[in-house]
Amino acid sequence: MTDTIAEHAAHDLKAGTPLVEMEGVGKSYGAIRALEGINLTVNAGEVACVLGDNGAGKSTLIKIISGLHGHTEGTLRVDGQERKFSSPRESLDAGIATVYQDLAVVGLMEVWRNFFLGSEIRKGKYPMAPLDIKAMREVADAELQKMGIVVKDINQPIGTLSGGQRQCVAIARAVYFGARVLILDEPTAALGVKQSGVVLKYTAAARDAGLGVVFITHNPHHAYLVGDHFIILKLGRRVLDKKRSEVSLEELTTEMAGGQELAELSHELKR
Amino acid sequence: MSSSVAAKPSTAPPAAPAGRAERSLVSRVLGRPEIGALAAAIVIFAFFFAVAEPFRTLPALATVLYASSTIGIVAVGVALLMIGGEFDLSAGVAVTTAALASAMICYQFSLNMWVGVVVSLLIALAVGCLNGYLVMRTGIPSFLITLSTFFILQGINLGVTKLVTGTVATPNTSAIDGFASAKAVFASDIDLGFITLKVTVLWWLLFVAVGTWLLLRTRTGNWITAVGGNQASARAVGVPVRATKIGLFMGVSFLAWFLGMHLLFNFSTVQAGLGVGNEFIYIIAAVVGGALLTGGYGSAVGSALGAFIFGMTTQGIVYAGWDPNWFRAFLGVMLLLAVLVNLYIKNYAAQRR
Repeated sequence: MTDTIAEHAAHDLKAGTPLVEMEGVGKSYGAIRALEGINLTVNAGEVACVLGDNGAGKSTLIKIISGLHGHTEGTLRVDGQERKFSSPRESLDAGIATVYQDLAVVGLMEVWRNFFLGSEIRKGKYPMAPLDIKAMREVADAELQKMGIVVKDINQPIGTLSGGQRQCVAIARAVYFGARVLILDEPTAALGVKQSGVVLKYTAAARDAGLGVVFITHNPHHAYLVGDHFIILKLGRRVLDKKRSEVSLEELTTEMAGGQELAELSHELKR
Repeated sequence: MSSSVAAKPSTAPPAAPAGRAERSLVSRVLGRPEIGALAAAIVIFAFFFAVAEPFRTLPALATVLYASSTIGIVAVGVALLMIGGEFDLSAGVAVTTAALASAMICYQFSLNMWVGVVVSLLIALAVGCLNGYLVMRTGIPSFLITLSTFFILQGINLGVTKLVTGTVATPNTSAIDGFASAKAVFASDIDLGFITLKVTVLWWLLFVAVGTWLLLRTRTGNWITAVGGNQASARAVGVPVRATKIGLFMGVSFLAWFLGMHLLFNFSTVQAGLGVGNEFIYIIAAVVGGALLTGGYGSAVGSALGAFIFGMTTQGIVYAGWDPNWFRAFLGVMLLLAVLVNLYIKNYAAQRR
C-alpha cells in the first residue's frame, strides 16, 4: 500500500519543509473563544499530533486549516504565503485534504461516487460534460484493492461498508487526489484494534512519502506510534508542545489524563 | 492539487480476489428507487384495464398520458429538489403566476406573446432563486420558506389580477401576436398516426430523460445526491452546496413556468386561483416514485411513474364511472404505501452485506 502513496504524492516535497505554519491563531464564536494562541508547524515528511480531551479545541483547529471556518486571530501560512480559507474548496486547492471522523462519506451513494465526489472525472471541460463512469469505477476499485480494501461491488452504497473500511476509503481518496497535507480527524476513534493498525500504518506510509500529516486523536498510544511532534490542547489553549525526542509516552499519557489536575484529584480521593 | 484529474492509464485491474462477487440481479433491481412505483403502475394499469372498458382504447391512453404530463413535468424538478434534500411548496401556484404574468403583460402593453413568455420565465427564475437563496442564507427549513412564498404568490396572483383586470381571470389572449407560434410549442396536438398526443407528453418525456441523465451521468447529479444525502460531508469535499441547491430551486421554477405556458396557450385564459394544492401532488408523485423525504435518494423516472399513476387514476375513476371524489382517498392510500415501500427499500439499500 506504500506504492499507492508514493505514486500519487507530490514529488516536490522535501522532508522538513514547512507546509502549514500557524502563529498565534485563535477563533472566537461571538463571545466564546474556542481557540487562542496556537502555534503549529506542519513539516513535509512529519506527523504532527494534536491531542486533547473533548471540547479542547481540536475540531476548531481542523476546521480552520480545512477551510470550514476562518480564524479570527493570528496568521495561517501555507507554503510561506499568508492565507485565510473561506471554503473547503480553497483549502483543497492548496493541497490540504481532510478526512473527517464522522462526515467522511455520503452513506447512500455508491463507493465510486463517494471516492470521486467533488473531483469527478469528466469526458470534457464544458459545463454539462458527462462523467467518465467507467474510468472512475476502475480507478476507485484499483486504488481500494491496493489498500487492501475489498468491496463486494464498487457500485454498492458506501453505507454498506464497515466503519474502518469507510475511513480507509476516505483516506485513500485524499491521498489519491494529490494531497500534500493530510489532516486526519480522530481516524482511529471508532475502529477496532486491527483496523486502527491499518490506519496507523497508512499514516506512517503517508509521512514516509513526504506528506505533512496532522493527526488528531485523544489516544496518546496511537499518537506516540506515528508522531514526530506533539501538541496537547486544553480548553482552547496549548498546554504541551514538544518534539518526539523531548517527550515520553508516559508524559503524554499523564498529561492527557489530566496531569496536575489528576494528581490533585488522586490526592483528594486518597483512601 | 488539481480539481480535474486526468484519467490514469488503466493498468489492468488485479484479478478479483475470492469472495468478491457481483451483486445479484435481484439485489440490484430491488435497490433501485423506482421499483415500487413501477410495480404499482403495472398493478393499477391492469386493474383499470380490467374494470373500465373505455380505458382500453388508444384515445383514453392519450388522455391518461396528457393528465400525467401536466403533473409529471413539474414533478421531475420537484423529485430532483427532494433528492437534493429540499421542498418547494410554492411550485403549484408558481405555475399560475407564470401564466398570469405572461398573459397580463402582453395584453396590457400590447406586446408580442413571446415577450410575455420570456418575461414570465425571468420572473419564475427569480422566484426560484429567491427561494433557494433564502433557504441557504438563513438555514431555515425550505418547508417554511416556500410555504411563505406559496402564500405570497397566491395573494399576488389574486390581488394583481383583480387590480389589473377587475376580475379573477385574465382576458382571452388568443388574438395577440405570436399566440399561434407559442401554442405550437407549448400546447399543440401531435399526430403520430395511431394516436394523437398533446405535445406536453413529449416535453414531459424529454424532461424526464434530461433529469435522469443529469442525475446519473453528470457531475451536477453527483452533487445533487450528495447535498441531499449528507450536506456537511459534501461541503467538506468541495461540493458547491449553495449553488447546487439554488440551481435545484430554479429548476423547479423553470418547469413550473413551462407548465404555466402550456396552460395559458391551451386555454387562452388563466384563472388566478388555479394551482393551489398541486404542490402536494408533485411531492407525492416524487415520493411515490421513490424519492426520500429526507433527501439523498430517488429518481427522475420514479417521479414520471408517480405522475403516470395519478394520471391513470384520475382518468380511470372517470372511465369506470365512479364518483371522482374517491380520488383524494386513493391519493392518501398511495402515499402511505409509497412511504412504507420507500422505508423498506432504503433499509435494504443501506444494509451491510
